Amino acid sequence: MYVAVKGGARAIENAHRWLADARRGDRDLPDLDVAQIREQLALAVDRVMAEGSLYDPDLAALALKQARGDAIEAVFLIRTFRTTLPRFGASLPIRTDAMQITRRISATYKDVPGGQVLGPTFDYTHRLLDFTLSDAKPVPAAAEAAAPAGPVPHILSHLGAEGLIQPEPAEPADVPDLTRAPLAVPAARPLRLQALTRGDEGFLLSLAYSTQRGYGRNHAFVGELRIGYVRVAAYLPKLGFEIEFADILVTECESVNQFQGSRTQPAQFTRGYGLVFGQSERQAISMALVDRALRARELGEETGTASAQDEEFVLSHCDNIQSSGFLEHIKLPHYVDFQAELELIRKPRRDAYAGQEAAE
Amino acid sequence: MSDYNFAYLDEATKRMLRRAILKAVAIPGYQVPFSRREMPMPYGWGTGGVQVTAACLVPEDTLKVIDQGADDTTNAVSIRKFFARVAGIATTEATAEATIIQTRHRIPETPLTEGQILVFQVPIPEPLRFLEPRETETRTMHALEDYGLIQVRLYEDTARHGEIARAYAYPVRVEGRYIMDPSPIPKFDNPKLHNAPALQLFGAGRECRIYALPPFTRVESLDFEDYPFTASKAAGQTCAICGAEDSYLDEVIIDDAGGRMFVCSDTDYCATRCAAQAEDAA
Repeated sequence: MYVAVKGGARAIENAHRWLADARRGDRDLPDLDVAQIREQLALAVDRVMAEGSLYDPDLAALALKQARGDAIEAVFLIRTFRTTLPRFGASLPIRTDAMQITRRISATYKDVPGGQVLGPTFDYTHRLLDFTLSDAKPVPAAAEAAAPAGPVPHILSHLGAEGLIQPEPAEPADVPDLTRAPLAVPAARPLRLQALTRGDEGFLLSLAYSTQRGYGRNHAFVGELRIGYVRVAAYLPKLGFEIEFADILVTECESVNQFQGSRTQPAQFTRGYGLVFGQSERQAISMALVDRALRARELGEETGTASAQDEEFVLSHCDNIQSSGFLEHIKLPHYVDFQAELELIRKPRRDAYAGQEAAE
Repeated sequence: MSDYNFAYLDEATKRMLRRAILKAVAIPGYQVPFSRREMPMPYGWGTGGVQVTAACLVPEDTLKVIDQGADDTTNAVSIRKFFARVAGIATTEATAEATIIQTRHRIPETPLTEGQILVFQVPIPEPLRFLEPRETETRTMHALEDYGLIQVRLYEDTARHGEIARAYAYPVRVEGRYIMDPSPIPKFDNPKLHNAPALQLFGAGRECRIYALPPFTRVESLDFEDYPFTASKAAGQTCAICGAEDSYLDEVIIDDAGGRMFVCSDTDYCATRCAAQAEDAA
């Protein structure tokens, strides 16, 4: 009789075994290799690294395999692993102007010093299914050109030299860490950027899109989008010098937005900034637009009903591990509360019917 | 044991949590922000409670975990197994034997005693959230003790429904100061919060908040003189298994014809009563 709440432990074990079985799929087909995922589903791996907030392509590929390709589930696996890692310290700021560029475009200038590099992009491909991909056939290697010698300066620095774009404030000595202190609003821009770079791609995309459609409108140009490897270094106080320890792939976007000027400031361009692990340009551009939208108050722009300009709204809802967890928790039993609601709704109905009968 | 530190979290994180808990105990009913960690279960599934429990656990502890009052609901099983694995502590289903009880949506029927810790899983710690979605606003309201909004809402309930239309997560006032969300326990359980000998801790992981009721704290459910608070449950029913009249009951649908029975939501309470009855009969 009381089976409804009994047998939970066995049900969980069986469900886990079934899941493992379903994950493997048809045993006549070869097991998917983690290295294959890393190499051939690289953009899925990049998304998991970006939103998982951990740069490790092998672990991200493993997480995707374990999660049966569910990106948010894979991000979750990476986040919970990440949180157990010891934190030795912070790296020095990466130098994106010294990036080894694989892709670099500007929508604001036809040509720029260092050149435009399309790189491995879906842009300008025709979205026609390539049925030949169903069969394994050799793919010829792409031609290689010599890398540009020396740093490739940011395109917006040319605007900066003319004073046409607002300079960014010097970096604060002590950068706050989103993962070590509870988020308090209003949040400093570094904290906002930390939240956005690990925020859900779909959520940021929709918010950025909403600013383009007039909700907090501020027209953005892609001043520069660049993708490539940067070197990560840390200063070790005990040794007294810097060591370089990694090359990581990042996507950076700087948007150029108008600013009408105010009583105290002449009209000037302003910048939205996006920086994301891996090749994740949809996320980087979205991040730049949302970053700029969140600066509305700071810049004294009119704010009102646009969600993208509402810091508390954006920061409280951009994390897909929080949102998916809370959304899905309504699958858990709620029968105690529902029982209380049943009583709450039955009593007035009983009273109402009693009243009706008395009247008749 | 496992490759993880005792009770999963590293010691630095536990220290951070303990500081938050101590502050919460020092200011009963006040929501203390803490820097939550990602836990190996999803947000909304008890990560706040799990972190509070992890911070409180010592190797000698005996842990009980309930969800909806029952030890055998899936998520309670999952959390109990988690701690058995990462802390290697003893577990129990008996309320009286447990030193720490983690709960979702219920307070056990068996009265708690001094030295016990009851850890609540909290989804939305802010009792004013459904009146005011902004944290910046609600924080100010708490600071200024500006609780007019919630009083008006409860008054509107009485005007519209003839009673305060809150069945669970019924707001309470702690030591005459902070208004607090007791987590989604049915209002039947609210009186157990008052003057309880056990330490009651509340953890909200996703929302980064910990709050507490130290032992023997005055906890009053919000009401009006002419509309006093009543702790309600299924009207006129007793448990179909143990016959209890004083426990909170779940309604179980037993056939397609709409037949139903009522049973204790607290499985340990029900089983203990059944065992005592069997002993008496023997």
